[in-house]
Amino acid sequence: MAELKLFKGGEFLITDALPEEVFTPEDFTNEQRLIAKSAEEFGLGELAPRRDELEELNEELLKSLLRSAGELGLLSTDMPEIYGGSELDKVSSVLVTEKINQGIGGFLLAYGVQTGIGSLPIVFFGTPEQKKKYLPKLASGEMIGAYALTESAHGSDALTAETTAVLSEDGKYYIVNGQKQFISNAGFCDLILTYAQVDGTQFTGFIIERKWDGISVDEEEKKMGMHGGSTRSIIFQDVKVPVENVLGEVGRGHIVALNTLNIGRYKLGAATVGVCKFLIADAIKYAKTRIQFGRPISQFGLIKHKIAEMVIKIYVNESIGYRIAGLLDLALQGIDPSSENAGKKTGEALRKYALECSINKVFGSEVLDYTVDECVQIMGGYGYIQDNLIESAYRDSRINRIWEGTNEINRLLIVDRLMKASMKGELPLLDAVKAVMEDLMSYRPSMSEEEGLLEKEQKMVAHAKKMGLLAAGAATKKYMDKLANEQEVVALIADIIIEIFAMESALLRARKKFQKDGEEKSKIHIAATRVYINDSFQRVDIMTKQVFAAISEGEELRTQLMGLKKFARFTPINTIALRREIADSVIPVARYNLTKI
Amino acid sequence: MNILVCLKQVPDTETQIKIAPDGMSIATENIKWIINPYDEYAVEEALRIKEKFGGEVTIIGVGPKRVTESIRTALAMGADKGILVDDPAITGSDSLGIARILSAVIKDLDYDIILCGKQGVDDDYGIVGSILAELLGIPQISVVIKVEVSEDASTVKAHREVEGGTLVIESALPALITAQKGLNEPRYASLPGIMKAKKKPLDAKTIADLGLDASQVGENGAKIKIKQITPPEERKAGKIVEGETPQEMAANLTRLLHEEAKVI
Ligand SMILES: Cc1cc2nc3c(=O)[nH]c(=O)nc-3n(C[C@H](O)[C@H](O)[C@H](O)COP(=O)(O)OP(=O)(O)OC[C@H]3O[C@@H](n4cnc5c(N)ncnc54)[C@H](O)[C@@H]3O)c2cc1C
Ligand SMILES: Cc1cc2nc3c(=O)[nH]c(=O)nc-3n(C[C@H](O)[C@H](O)[C@H](O)COP(=O)(O)OP(=O)(O)OC[C@H]3O[C@@H](n4cnc5c(N)ncnc54)[C@H](O)[C@@H]3O)c2cc1C
Repeated sequence: MAELKLFKGGEFLITDALPEEVFTPEDFTNEQRLIAKSAEEFGLGELAPRRDELEELNEELLKSLLRSAGELGLLSTDMPEIYGGSELDKVSSVLVTEKINQGIGGFLLAYGVQTGIGSLPIVFFGTPEQKKKYLPKLASGEMIGAYALTESAHGSDALTAETTAVLSEDGKYYIVNGQKQFISNAGFCDLILTYAQVDGTQFTGFIIERKWDGISVDEEEKKMGMHGGSTRSIIFQDVKVPVENVLGEVGRGHIVALNTLNIGRYKLGAATVGVCKFLIADAIKYAKTRIQFGRPISQFGLIKHKIAEMVIKIYVNESIGYRIAGLLDLALQGIDPSSENAGKKTGEALRKYALECSINKVFGSEVLDYTVDECVQIMGGYGYIQDNLIESAYRDSRINRIWEGTNEINRLLIVDRLMKASMKGELPLLDAVKAVMEDLMSYRPSMSEEEGLLEKEQKMVAHAKKMGLLAAGAATKKYMDKLANEQEVVALIADIIIEIFAMESALLRARKKFQKDGEEKSKIHIAATRVYINDSFQRVDIMTKQVFAAISEGEELRTQLMGLKKFARFTPINTIALRREIADSVIPVARYNLTKI
Repeated sequence: MNILVCLKQVPDTETQIKIAPDGMSIATENIKWIINPYDEYAVEEALRIKEKFGGEVTIIGVGPKRVTESIRTALAMGADKGILVDDPAITGSDSLGIARILSAVIKDLDYDIILCGKQGVDDDYGIVGSILAELLGIPQISVVIKVEVSEDASTVKAHREVEGGTLVIESALPALITAQKGLNEPRYASLPGIMKAKKKPLDAKTIADLGLDASQVGENGAKIKIKQITPPEERKAGKIVEGETPQEMAANLTRLLHEEAKVI
């Protein structure tokens, strides 16, 4: 069997991967499965029974649960063993994040910060002394971390923060003053990773201990969701921060901040998979017992449609998340986590996949929002009432499109990253666009309809890439370095890229499964993939047209549309029948069962 | 102390069990397999004894390759090594056959105490532990909720709940104990534990390796034969007792118990 291949960030747009070259959830090793089970058992055994209690903020309970998780190594999958971490691969780390999530928003908030943005900056950018001092305690849950980047006037635009840090006369301390807004875990944290401007302009990271003088917190925010978590403002008033506690280099805080968000993003994607799986199981169970018009509503076509659509989206979301985790593991191979510059190297390796991480974040948060919405709908009026867990899940979900970079910002980042990769010569994007243009001249769509399993879909994905390249190529040609000003066009291109990665991830996974287990055992994988590609392909077609229509007119537009038509041709499949088949496969078992752990 | 734990893999109690077309077994596809919950208490107790007295915990399983995963879980919890007897000849073994296999493994091992679950939650026979003790010629104490090994590790005191009280039974070691719910709260496998388990020894053995004859195990060696498996009758929907006040509800309940259920 061929090996997994280390693709470059964004390379999927111009290279067609083979199924054996990408990681899929069917490739989990025995250890990864055991790790997943351990996290799931913790979620089911320790968290789920306390669901009601955790619905309201209970700081002591959260702290003790985090400590229990710490004892099992669940807080430190990304930390080196020498600092008390469990030091696992990224696939395992994603699995833990997915499985520990049993739809309990408050815990998810605390856990997400502790294992992500509240500790990883030290893992990546801390000095050996900082790591030795803080990581073991963050790994065990003895210390709770918080990440304070946002300010009231600086949200998406966080790097222009107003908090200041002034070096003391003796050069031993920075005096930090300012206020951070919406800081999760603020109510009970011990450690605050924050940022301030040194000399007014040098954006710099700092590690601040909560117990130091001059730190206070405002009242709990009254949030829409995540009621079980703590989110407050943190106020720094003449806080003396020893110079040893500068995180990263002075003036290089953006490196720390942006790389951290990167990790946060793919972990967020993983968390959405876990929550979706939990919620769909609950909704199917409900639909099987809710009788209307003399039948369980699970027997109605429209309910089946919802169930199938959720299954498909979860399948694709999962395919994306684990493909990226597998890619990151390859990228990190050979970096010794305990070596001096491991963090820096890790950060650099991860930065190359910023585009993929943004896709994961946007796609995951939008699948989750879709899922909570449809689960409410399946429960009808009962879904709107607070006794049902879907009601809080619906509210909890919404924040995921806002934090870790809003989905708008992430869409802009996807295209920005692509353009930079192209300009730096990391990705031969222009050559690829040129090749598609040439291809267009000579291309004759084949007339044959007889194709093997998923071959048609393979062709559609290949064509979608060409359509995407045409759109991106035309837009760059028109706007050149002013493209970023045309946000609507940029977002369309980002969405096309997201669709391409989503389609391809599902396709490669289904093909890999089918090659290994044969058609019968891969039926639902194949059905989900075919439906997704059928619909997604048409979205790509529409979006490409929108891009063309925005940038061209008259003869030029007509020529572009005619070219597009060659690639966009396809015969739709019967998605209704396939969706019913998918729904009928999960309704009897009342859970998403495409991934075996 | 050398501690042995016999471990069975069973379908997750949440699994929807389907009967196989032969009507005599269950369909094994789509089943989520777990460590028999009573055996999990046995594993936990073994680890606690080891933590106090030192020594080694060995997990012994019988069954197809998938059982490896359950043994690995026990290793991840902290056990030291595993032995799996995997042989096509085992299929169809009854409790006697399984006990014969276990005793064949154990007779060559050095041990002070053997822990088993009191029964498998799948077929609920509850006799493998007893037969095994008999075959090995050692004392057994079954359905135990507390285990106290003496300071010098020569005897064990075990508590068993009986109607209205507790029996405290003492035995010389080596002895076999079967675990009841309440014995302890099994730990979770930690992530570092899982990674370490990867490197712990897990031997696979066949019937021939154990010097057993295929006629002693499997269907050939079985003293009992399953004739048929049928699903339990579907439960009828419950009834909600109506009434505005607790008093009214109680009155209605007594009436229903008297008139409909006819139990009072
Ligand atoms: C419950 C909760 C917990 C949080 N936890 C933390 C935490 O632990 N640590 C932390 O540092 N922060 C935290 N935040 C803050 C969060 O990260 C920010 O809310 C987020 O970054 C968005 O910033 P903002 O709210 O200021 O929105 P704004 O930046 O004001 O954005 C408002 C809208 O404008 C859009 N927008 C902004 N800039 C652009 C642009 N250039 N082009 C197009 N559209 C744009 C955005 O997409 C958005 O739709 C938390 C927030 C909440 C609600
Ligand atoms: C805040 C609130 C206020 C309300 N106010 C009033 C009020 O003032 N007066 C009043 O009388 N009622 C009121 N209702 C009830 C409301 O009208 C019902 O909740 C609504 O009619 C849906 O019924 P249901 O909740 O029983 O859902 P169900 O009927 O159980 O529906 C569950 C799901 O099954 C689907 N479904 C049901 N039947 C079929 C079918 N044949 N084919 C396909 N799909 C089907 C539904 O579309 C839905 O997605 C209120 C409800 C709420 C939550």
